[in-house]
Amino acid sequence: MASINIKLNIEKLGQLQAICKEFNNDKGELINVLHKAQHLFGYLPAEVQEVIAHELNTSAAHVYGVVTFYSFFTMTPKGEHPISICMGTACYVRGAEKVLDEFKRILKVKVGETTPDGQFSLSCLRCVGACGLAPVVLVGDKVFGRVAPDGVKDIIEEYSK
Amino acid sequence: MEMIKVTIDNKVIEVEKGTTILDAAHTVGINIPTLCYLHLHDLNITNKPAGCRVCVVEVKGRRNLAPACVTECTPGMEVSTHNIRVLNSRKTVLELILSDHPTDCLICPKSGSCDLQSLAQEMGIRQIRYEGEQSTYREDTSPAIIRDVDKCIMCRRCEMMCNDVQTVGVLSAVNRGFMAVVAPAFERNLDHSECTYCGQCVAVCPTGALTEVDHTNNVIRTLADPSKTVIVQTAPAVRAALGEEFGMEAGTLVTGKMAAALRRLGFDYVFDTDFAADLTIMEEGTELLDRITRHLKGDTTVKLPILTSCCPGWVSFFEHQFPDMLDIPSTARSPQQMFGSIAKTYFAEKLGIKRENMVVVSIMPCLAKKYECSRNEFKVDGNPDVDFAVSTRELAHLIKQANINFLELPDEDFDRPLGDSTGAAVIFGATGGVIEAATRTAYEVFTGKKLDKVDFEQLRGMEWIRRAEVDFDGFPIKIGIAHGLGNARKLLEEIRDGKADFHAIEIMACPGGCIGGGGQPLHHGDSSILKARTAALYREDAGKAIRKSHENPFIQKLYEDFLGKPCGHKSHHLLHTHYFDKSNPVEIE
Repeated sequence: MASINIKLNIEKLGQLQAICKEFNNDKGELINVLHKAQHLFGYLPAEVQEVIAHELNTSAAHVYGVVTFYSFFTMTPKGEHPISICMGTACYVRGAEKVLDEFKRILKVKVGETTPDGQFSLSCLRCVGACGLAPVVLVGDKVFGRVAPDGVKDIIEEYSK
Repeated sequence: MEMIKVTIDNKVIEVEKGTTILDAAHTVGINIPTLCYLHLHDLNITNKPAGCRVCVVEVKGRRNLAPACVTECTPGMEVSTHNIRVLNSRKTVLELILSDHPTDCLICPKSGSCDLQSLAQEMGIRQIRYEGEQSTYREDTSPAIIRDVDKCIMCRRCEMMCNDVQTVGVLSAVNRGFMAVVAPAFERNLDHSECTYCGQCVAVCPTGALTEVDHTNNVIRTLADPSKTVIVQTAPAVRAALGEEFGMEAGTLVTGKMAAALRRLGFDYVFDTDFAADLTIMEEGTELLDRITRHLKGDTTVKLPILTSCCPGWVSFFEHQFPDMLDIPSTARSPQQMFGSIAKTYFAEKLGIKRENMVVVSIMPCLAKKYECSRNEFKVDGNPDVDFAVSTRELAHLIKQANINFLELPDEDFDRPLGDSTGAAVIFGATGGVIEAATRTAYEVFTGKKLDKVDFEQLRGMEWIRRAEVDFDGFPIKIGIAHGLGNARKLLEEIRDGKADFHAIEIMACPGGCIGGGGQPLHHGDSSILKARTAALYREDAGKAIRKSHENPFIQKLYEDFLGKPCGHKSHHLLHTHYFDKSNPVEIE
């Protein structure tokens, strides 16, 4: 296989190679490798996919094909404070969409995107099991319950530098 | 082998266990239509993702219709291949495919040879009932291949060729659902990928999604320019396939008609790449013998085996994939480039014209040749040695556009001096041919003896990897042959691991060699066509008066008058090249 020009730092590269090795550099384990790699980097940039393709002796096109097929995998780096809005049934009927719209309006990003300063990223999820608190918003690991659209500004301010 | 009985369209037949419904139906003359399915029998290449669902049939007792290409026959199975339910489903499937396909057939480059178009015609599709959004994607133009993904039907044939057969790994299905496309990694353009431009994706694409960069208009414009002397060269494999574009049987040799057609198109000189193939043997053969002689004298720095370097797809492949082995291939340029170089020096001098006023057009069975002639090392002050490489298919279009009745043409000869060649040159177009040609010359030079029997049957055939030993008067020369880049990879890995002890290896990127090139008339999955073309080339060789490259009198004269000796100073400058490490991926934006 071709040697590749890597723009990752050496420590992270070692960790990535260790993940591949953990799965015996088996191309059949690609999805598991991608899972762990995304956990390590927060996302799957092209360089990471190139390294994985190289280690697993498969093509970068194939790795990219898998990354773009599954919605769990992302090539966009998450923000320092990842915001997730629950779109489960309970949250939805109690106005989660309006809450989401407010986040989009203030942050000026769409779902799946990150603010240009890298502070916030926006995503949706399905039910965190706290339906009594609907609508629910997660920022990192912290849960905010009964969020109303006019409370969105305060949440963002709490995390803004 | 266990045999089972099945009933297809009320016919009871006996087939081997494991036979698919599609193959079983074939044995009794029932042709089930297919689209994504591709099977090149003689090469053992198969694509059957069962994705298009055009081949569905009804199996009694089964709830859903079954795709015939992947469903194996079971004992007592009863199959209907064209009842009303089957026909309606096929039509619906096809209409759904067409609902997301541009309907610009009139001006599509694939019109007339498109599998989707033929199928729509056969099925009598007159309207598409499903209106809705159509997926769109940017067009990607490289030096050789155009990707127009809007016309892709996700049959995955190109992906199979690129990954399984060629192991180049450039194309993969990416994204999902309506957004899904076949693309290089990170959706870069082809010219930013490791694509070798072998064109095998184009050769199997059923629609206009993958086509060649068309230079026919440039050629017409050049021919109309009175200030230019326009010279044409034709590759060996073209003469064995061009006739197919005019309805002739596969394997018909049209060498004479082709020369006549080119002359009528207005080329000032109709020459033959075969001449340059003979020249290649002089250079490559000399290089081989030099390496062997030095090796025998105990020189440990000498690199063996020597690998052929005529095939530009192969050259790109090792530049991208084996950058640590760039010193193993022969430094000899390909025949196309040797021809261009000699034409714009030796022949231009003879004519007394400047190289800028000479245009060299090559007719090639190959798409990678388009890329090869655009490489910077084959230019002098920006002027390329070969200006345009057009495919066999493009030449057929040119001939048709010019109102030339190809079938009625007389047989004519090539012009001299760059049109005369030997039998050794013409077999360059088939896998094993280059090394056989080299063997004929190398034997005589090495042993000093005359070769009585010039046919080396052990070097011929369609097996992917072949190994043979040729006795050079007591010294066994070990030869390897591979066609298809996946097989080239296997041989190269053997060499890298020190497991191979070959002296010389021939590699051709395309299955079957140049006769199966990406620029040839489309085979539509019929591999017997490739065999017929191969047989035609060996027939032409057998009929030639001179069958060894070094006996070509015009080659001898070229060395006497101009080049000096093979691998000499002038040859080195004009006929040899060097290779580049292209393994680093392009910076990511």
